[in-house]
Order: sequence, then C-alpha cells, then structure tokens
Amino acid sequence: MLYDLTLAISYSYPVPSVNSRTVMRLTPSSIEGRQVVRSRMIRAEPAPSEKRDTMDFFGNAMTTAVWTEPVEALRLTLTARVERLAPAQELDLSAPLASLPQEISLAQDIGTQSPHHFIAASRRAKPGGAMTEFARDQLRPGMSTLEAVQAIGHALHGIMRFDPDATTVNTPAEEAFDKRHGVCQDFSHIMITCLRGIGIPAGYVSGFLRTRPPPGKPRLEGADAMHAWVRAWAGAEIGWIEFDPTNDRPAGVDHIIVGYGRDYDDVAPVRGALRGFGAQESRQAVDVVPLDDPAAG
Amino acid sequence: MQQRNPNHAEDPRLRAYRPAPGVPDELFDAEGRLRPVWKPFIDQFLGLSPDDIAARFERGDQYLREAGVYFRRYSSDPTQEREWPLSHVPVILGGSEWETICEGLAERADLLDAILADLYGPGRLVADGHLPAELVAGNPQWLRPMVGVEPRGGHYLHYIAFEIGRSPDGSWFVLGDRTQAPSGAGFALENRMATSRVFPEVFSGEHIHRLAGFFRDFRSAIEGLAGRHNGLPRRAGILTPGPANDAYYEHTYIARYLGIPLLEGEDLLVQDGTAMIRTIEGPQPLGVLWRRIDAGFADPLELDPGSQIGTPGLMEAVRLGNLAMVNALGSGILETRAMLAFVPRIAEVLTSKPLKLPNIATWWCGAQAERDYVSENARRMMIGPALAVDLPFDANAATVLGGKFRDNADRPIAEWLDREGPELVGQEAVTLSTTPSWSPTEAGGTLRPRPMTVRVFAARTRHGWSFMPGGYARIGAEADATALGMQRGGMVADVWIVSERPVPQVSLVAPPKVEFRREAQGTLPARAADNLYWLGRYVERCEDAMRLIRAYHLRLAASERRDGPLLVQLESFLDGRGINVDEVVPAVLLDRIAAARGCAAKIRDRFSTDGWLALYDLQKTARGMTETARPGDDAARAMGVLLRKITGFSGLVHENMYRSSGWRFLSAGRALERTDFLASLLSAFTDPEAPYGSLDLAVEVADSVITHQRRYRIETSRDTVVDLLAIDDHNPRAILFQMNELRGLAQALPQARVDGSPAALLRTILPVCTRFEVAAPSDLTLASFEEVRDDLYKISDLLTQTYLR
Repeated sequence: MLYDLTLAISYSYPVPSVNSRTVMRLTPSSIEGRQVVRSRMIRAEPAPSEKRDTMDFFGNAMTTAVWTEPVEALRLTLTARVERLAPAQELDLSAPLASLPQEISLAQDIGTQSPHHFIAASRRAKPGGAMTEFARDQLRPGMSTLEAVQAIGHALHGIMRFDPDATTVNTPAEEAFDKRHGVCQDFSHIMITCLRGIGIPAGYVSGFLRTRPPPGKPRLEGADAMHAWVRAWAGAEIGWIEFDPTNDRPAGVDHIIVGYGRDYDDVAPVRGALRGFGAQESRQAVDVVPLDDPAAG
Repeated sequence: MQQRNPNHAEDPRLRAYRPAPGVPDELFDAEGRLRPVWKPFIDQFLGLSPDDIAARFERGDQYLREAGVYFRRYSSDPTQEREWPLSHVPVILGGSEWETICEGLAERADLLDAILADLYGPGRLVADGHLPAELVAGNPQWLRPMVGVEPRGGHYLHYIAFEIGRSPDGSWFVLGDRTQAPSGAGFALENRMATSRVFPEVFSGEHIHRLAGFFRDFRSAIEGLAGRHNGLPRRAGILTPGPANDAYYEHTYIARYLGIPLLEGEDLLVQDGTAMIRTIEGPQPLGVLWRRIDAGFADPLELDPGSQIGTPGLMEAVRLGNLAMVNALGSGILETRAMLAFVPRIAEVLTSKPLKLPNIATWWCGAQAERDYVSENARRMMIGPALAVDLPFDANAATVLGGKFRDNADRPIAEWLDREGPELVGQEAVTLSTTPSWSPTEAGGTLRPRPMTVRVFAARTRHGWSFMPGGYARIGAEADATALGMQRGGMVADVWIVSERPVPQVSLVAPPKVEFRREAQGTLPARAADNLYWLGRYVERCEDAMRLIRAYHLRLAASERRDGPLLVQLESFLDGRGINVDEVVPAVLLDRIAAARGCAAKIRDRFSTDGWLALYDLQKTARGMTETARPGDDAARAMGVLLRKITGFSGLVHENMYRSSGWRFLSAGRALERTDFLASLLSAFTDPEAPYGSLDLAVEVADSVITHQRRYRIETSRDTVVDLLAIDDHNPRAILFQMNELRGLAQALPQARVDGSPAALLRTILPVCTRFEVAAPSDLTLASFEEVRDDLYKISDLLTQTYLR
C-alpha cells in the first residue's frame, strides 16, 4: 500500500524562547520487509539556525535543530511517501513460550536488533506487580510466543477504555493500567510492561495509522495524531513481531513505522529544550492517505 | 604472641597493637618485626609526649576547619556538616612496592579502556561469549548514544581511581574500578596538608613523594585534550552537579587548585556542534570537560530526559568530536559490580596473560555453575545486586552477608539465587590488612590495628598513566579486618609513599620548567557573575536590615514608647522591607543571610576560604540568636555583633579579592543596593512631615553620625542630611559617591562602549551621576529620591540583560 503522509505540529510560546534546541524523531525510514520510503522531507518555520540529521542507536532517523534567535511560534511539517509492504503469510514460526528464555540466552549480541535491550526495566516500562500478574493470567500451557502476545494484547484491549482525555504524556503505565484507560501510548507501555514481566522482550513503536479507512471499514483509534504500538521478540526464527493493542490487531499495512525504542523516551517525536518562561502550547494534525485506494480519489 | 622489636615493645602506645592472626599488617610483618619503611615515623611518633600528640592532632584539625573541609550529605543546612574524620596517623607504603602496584594498575587501566572501546564499538566481547549480553544491554550505565562514537583524543578513560586492599598473602587486589567520575583526590590533598602539619619533621624529609606533580601533569593533559578552535585554544572546565552534591567542596577545591573554571550545566550551551561557556563577554568555545556528574545527567535531550543539571546538545558536541569528556560518557559501566566477574578472563583474551593486579573474586549468578558455587559458599560471600556500582564495603552494598539476609529475613538463599540469579553477584568476603590508628585512652592513647583500603588515582598523560604518589585511605572503625568491617564507617588517612632514594620536590605553586602564565580576563561565566552580583546585593541588604533593627531596639531600650511617632514610622519602614519588629532576629534577615550564603556556595571556587567561613559563622551566630536575644538593649547588642561579622566578611572580600570582572559584579551589586537603600531612607526620613528624630535616625542608620558632627558641627537639618547622604562625593554612604562607584565599575566591564559611545548601561548611569553632581540639597525632593530608585531598577535590568544571561 502506498501512502502520502503529512504531519503538522505547531507550538506557540507566550514568552519567546531563546536558544531552543529540539531533537525530532518524526520521519519514517525504509525497513527491510516492512516499508520503503520513496521520499521524505521535514520543514520548520521559522527555519532553524542549525540542522543535523543522524541515525540513533535503534536506527531511527533523528533530526536536531537549533534556533538561536527568539522563537514565538514554531511550525514543523513532515511530508513523506511511503510504501507499506504486506506482511508475509502468517505461519506461526515463533518459539514456544517455554523455550524463549533459552533462545534469548543464545542471542549473545548487543546490536540494534538484539532482544537483550528489551528485557530489563526501562524508565517507562518497569515489569512487576499487577501487570505481570495480569499477563500471567492470560497464558495457557503450550502457547507459542506469538499466541501469548496476541492473547495479552487482546485481553488488554478488552479491559482498557480508549480515552484521549484521561491521561497525559507523563502518566505512568501503572496508573493507566490501574484506571483501565488511556491512549495508544498508555496501551503500549502497559503491554510492554506485561510482556517483559513474563520474559518476552518487548519494545515501543511510534508511527502513523492510515487516517481514512477502506470502504465499509471503521476508522482506527489513534489515527488523528502519531500512533504507538508494540513489538515483541518471538525467537530467533521469526524475530520481531508487531502488535497494536489499541486496535487489537497485528500491525500491518495500515501502520507506518517511524521509530523503535525501549519505550516512549527512546522515540519521543519532538524533544525540546527551551530556555524561556511560560507554558508552551502545541497542536498536531495528521493525514495518511492511501494513493492506490480508489476511495481516496 | 608475636615477637616485637625490643625498642618498641615496651612502649605503652604500642603494647596494645596486636594484629589478628592471619591478618596482614602494614606496621609489623608476619614475624612481628617493624617494617623498615615505618621506622622513621614510629621513632619520631614514640618520642612525642601525650600532650604533644594531642597538640599536633589539634593543629591538623584546625587546618581542616579553617580550610572549610567538612563532611556533608545532601543538605544545605550547615548544622548537617560534621568534622572531617581524619585519622592523623598516615598509611606508609614503600616506594618499590608502590611501583609494583602502579605497574599492575596501569596495565589494568589500559585493559579497561580496551573493554570500553569494544562495548561502544564492535561488541566482540559479547558476541564471542566473554561477557553476557544482558549485563551490557540491560545496564543503565551503557549509554546507547555513545555506540559508534569515537571519543575525542581516541581514549575513553583519562582520570580514574582504583580501590585497593592487601590480601593475607601480602599481595594487593582491586575492590572496585572507579571509572565514572571518581572523587577523593581533592580530599587526599587536604588530608596531606593536614597530616604534614601534624608531622612536619618526618614529612619534610626528602623521601616522601609529593602530590603536586601528578596534578600538574593532569592539568596539562586536560588542556591538551581541549584542542583549538579557529586557531585559538579552547577552554577546559570542570562540570559539577552543584552545591547540593556531597562532593561539591572537593569540586571547588580542585577547580581552585588547578585553575580550571568550575561550571554547571547552565553555564554551557552548544552552538554549531561546539560546547560553549556562557561568559559575560558572550559564548567561548570549550574543548574538554572534566565531569563530576554522572554521564546520564549530562544532556537531557539525548540522555536522561529527567536531568535538571545537564546541557542540551552536549551529546551532539561529543558525537561530532568537538568535546572531550574526562571520562567519556558511558565509562561508568565498568563500575558495575558484575563486570569484575569477567574482567580477569577478558584480560587473558585481550592480552593473552593474567592481570598483574587481580580484583576481588566475583561470581555472576546468571550462570548455573557460578550460581551453585555462590550458593554452596554463601557463608563467606557478600551477595548483592549485579548492576550496582558501589563498592563492596559501602553501606547497603550487599543483600546477603556471611550467609544471612541483612533484613534478617528467614528464607533460603539458594531459592533466591535461582529466582533472581542474573540480577545478583557473589563476592568473596575478603580480609584486608590493618594499619595503625590512634585511639585516645585514659592513659593518653594508643595505636590500634584497623582495617584499611586505599584509593589510588591515575591520570592519562602524554607519557602514559601517571599515578598520584599517595592516596586516600579509608580506615575501619573496628578491629574486624574483613571488608564488612569497613561498612560501619570510620576515618580517612593520608598515604605516604616513602622512597628508598630522595625524591625531587615539586609543587603546583612554583612548577619548575613550566612557563609562567597569566589567565586572560573575561572568561567569567555569566552564572558566576550573576551569583557574585546577588551576593553583593544580599550582603548589603543584610547589613541595612541589621542597622535598621539596631536603631529600632536602641530607641525601644531608651524607653521610647512603641507607639511614639518615630518608632511607628520606623516600624512601618521596616515593615515595608519585610521585617517584622516583633521578631528580634527577623526571619527575613535569616532568609537574606541564607540567600547570600546560597550565592556564595555556587561560586566557592572564586573567593577565599576565610570569606566563606565568615559567612558560615555569621549564619550560625544569627540562628543561635533567634533563641536567645530579647527586645531592647540585648537585641541592639546582638545586631552589633552581626554587623561586625558581616562587615568582617565584606572587608575580607573587598580587601583581598583580585580586581577582576568578578569583583566588579560583586561591587556593582553592593553599590546598587546601597544607593537604593539610601534613596529609600532619604525619601522616608527627610520628609518635612516625618516625626521628630527622623533626621538623626537617617544619619545613624547610614552610619554617618561622626562624619556629620565633624563636617557640620551643628544639629541635623534637612539640608545637612541630604548634603551628606545624597550629594557628598566623599562619603561612601552617599548616593553620588555610590553612583560614581557604579559608573567606574560599568566603564571597566566588557563592551562598556560601542564604537566609542557609551552603551545602554553606561548611558543610564551617567545622567544620574550628573543630576546629583549639580544638585543643591534644596533641589532634591522626595520625588528625586523615588526617581533614583526607578533608575536603579533599570540599571539592574540592563546589567542583567547585558552580562548575566
């Protein structure tokens, strides 16, 4: 599926911000077997005094921009054309959950794709407590890792209520789980915490959802802004699988990947340091239009 | 019973000195013979009378108190400071033994650097099975943004420390590698200063290695790393977390000693990929940071997003190769306890030979065989978190000691190991050597054997690793010579390396063969300037408050009624300044003193220890008075005491401080605050409507009573008072005098003029000076004084905008 993607984020500062520096992880990259980026461009108004593009540890595109002059309002625009590839036919090649620990210990590697980055607690996904218990309750003897991931994702979707007003970007996963509500970020952190708690390496994926559903299909939750879902390591044979707990389905042709990380902190779309006063306001608008979809015409 | 040298055996101060069987001792060898390296010291020490010893120890303690060396734990409350726990008897090691230690540690330091190069580079050690992936990938000290980044200068480690101890067989071993930002070298210097005052005769001998050469080498190594930018040398800096850190004293001390500016995250910004110091003259390029903060805090944008003390963009400067870090960000991973389980094997893999200086035996419980071993030998193990970075004898380092849970939980250790194995390490409960420590007794005192470890410091120089020839020894509080005994706290001691041959003497004060250099002016960080400016203002504000409160209580004591017009007027004037006369030592005064001390604390590297101690003393005295002082005469006397103390501080600072930009900001703060106070005083007390006695009160509070008598020889009148306190350019308590002062200071600041014309700050000051220069007393109305206050507000604002941001 080929998409045209646009994202616009605007900020306004009550007091002009001086010497502001921002690190952005907004742009998708080509990922073998998953997506091909045909073109991408990120623009900032006003134009930054400095701008550098680099790749972070997990292979995400990272852009650093600096404004030395006072900035009162800032507008970031991303446009990209991305081809999302359909996942290969879903044969369950994942390891049996019971033999996953052994597969993990055989993966003696600290490279980008190693499961070892995704086992220990990270700042926003610390396994233990109620979430681990919840995850354990979903397991049945003889399950494969893929089955376990889907069972937990499905169960979470069943008990959690999607509520864009209930949580903020800084709500801890424990609290969102306790209150059974939140947005894609909360759903994802909770699921990651659940999976790590039962020994499945799990990470955070940021990205976009197609905003216009195919004819006759409902619009997916979380399409109005950047989206988030979960990836889990399911053994050496199959590697990483992706699951969207907010929509209770595997991530597929509707999901465009921007960043991989241990949790939100590794892939925060815009992280800024501002030397100024007063609160900042921001607005976000996303459009993900399928080009080869007749309904989009 | 061991044999003793007959000369010493009978001395009562040594009679009780009995090293435990099987425990090596620094003073006596296994046969009970005094080690030759200690002989000159012991001979001299035993020749001292008990009174002599007490007096000498006091001399050392006095030095430490005067130098302001205290123990402090995360608190700004001065009452939380404890006396520095110096064990006055040094640890003495022989020169050739020391060389062997350094040789082993240099080899170890190179190995550690090679391990880092692999962990942040190809990752072969993990891929080849020499290090478990989870100890790296699951380790918060392993910083992913550093992967693939070549550190500027090519090396990760530049300044490290090793905690070492002596085994029962007499050889040395490492208890922990300190690779993040080891502290202690500054304290070692202070221990040396104090101990050399206790034993000047022994110390002045030519055989003891001095410490200064090490620091000189390290300073040039740091400056070498800084490199150049557009043809000019980049600066070096020391990055501190700030006054709340318990080693902050050491940071200020080292910064002063080395002559390298002490910076906080706010002092820096990153421009064009280069780290810059914000100075009063604008940003200046920085090439190297000796960081005393943990790496994660260095950059909130790319490292720990919760950091409040970092600088956004620092990681970028590092990635682009424009900033060297001592040590490289991410070096802290080698402090992880579990690493010690793998370092010995890695040494054999990388260098094909075993380490000369081994480390404490350590087993990572993530592997079955090791876990079983730890489980079976739990009785002689310390078991604790695998990823912890503290030393085996730090408080709470171990969860299980000698086969028992520290929280006394009664559960099977084996089960716990099976469940949480990968998160745990076992370390041998090692035995350390003992060294003499002085214990006072009724009969005067005696030497007793106490366990010790030594922290050894190493710096990378052009000629390889250079070691501080001495160290920072920790001495256990009790006789128990296991590392566990060290957990219960104790003392610290100087370490002397005594050479068989005389050693060349060097000092940082007069380094031989080093070019005389004079630091260029104008590198004052804006934040330091800001703190100096506010220090000047707060101190003056305190002084004003003290004079006002004294005047109030003097009048109260002279049986004036509280509801008399003058006291009512004064009370309302005080009230307008936040001072409640019902409190004898008003809370707002204590707050101002605390604020002054807060500013001073952030720039302790910039003014004298005496000045710092004077402020400390002022604060302590003022706090004490809140309990004791009573209204009236007593309160007036108390304010007199505080006034003498605070003017003592001002005197110390203004008499002794170098006339640098820093001094100018401090003085500008004072001049501005004083002018403002005079203007408000004149406005309130020269009002024709003001009650009788107001004019005398103004003269008194402005500390100009004697001058008034001498100059006018008549009673106060509005004209004489305005003349003296507003337009007399010889009275330091006059508006004109202080405005002229301010003008002079502003003229000497950078960019005071632009293309020959006065810049905004000066342009605002000059007309005020002129106004008061040409005025006659009768020209000056209450409105004129209020106008000055408005002008001062603008001046402060301009000063801040121009230099302090």
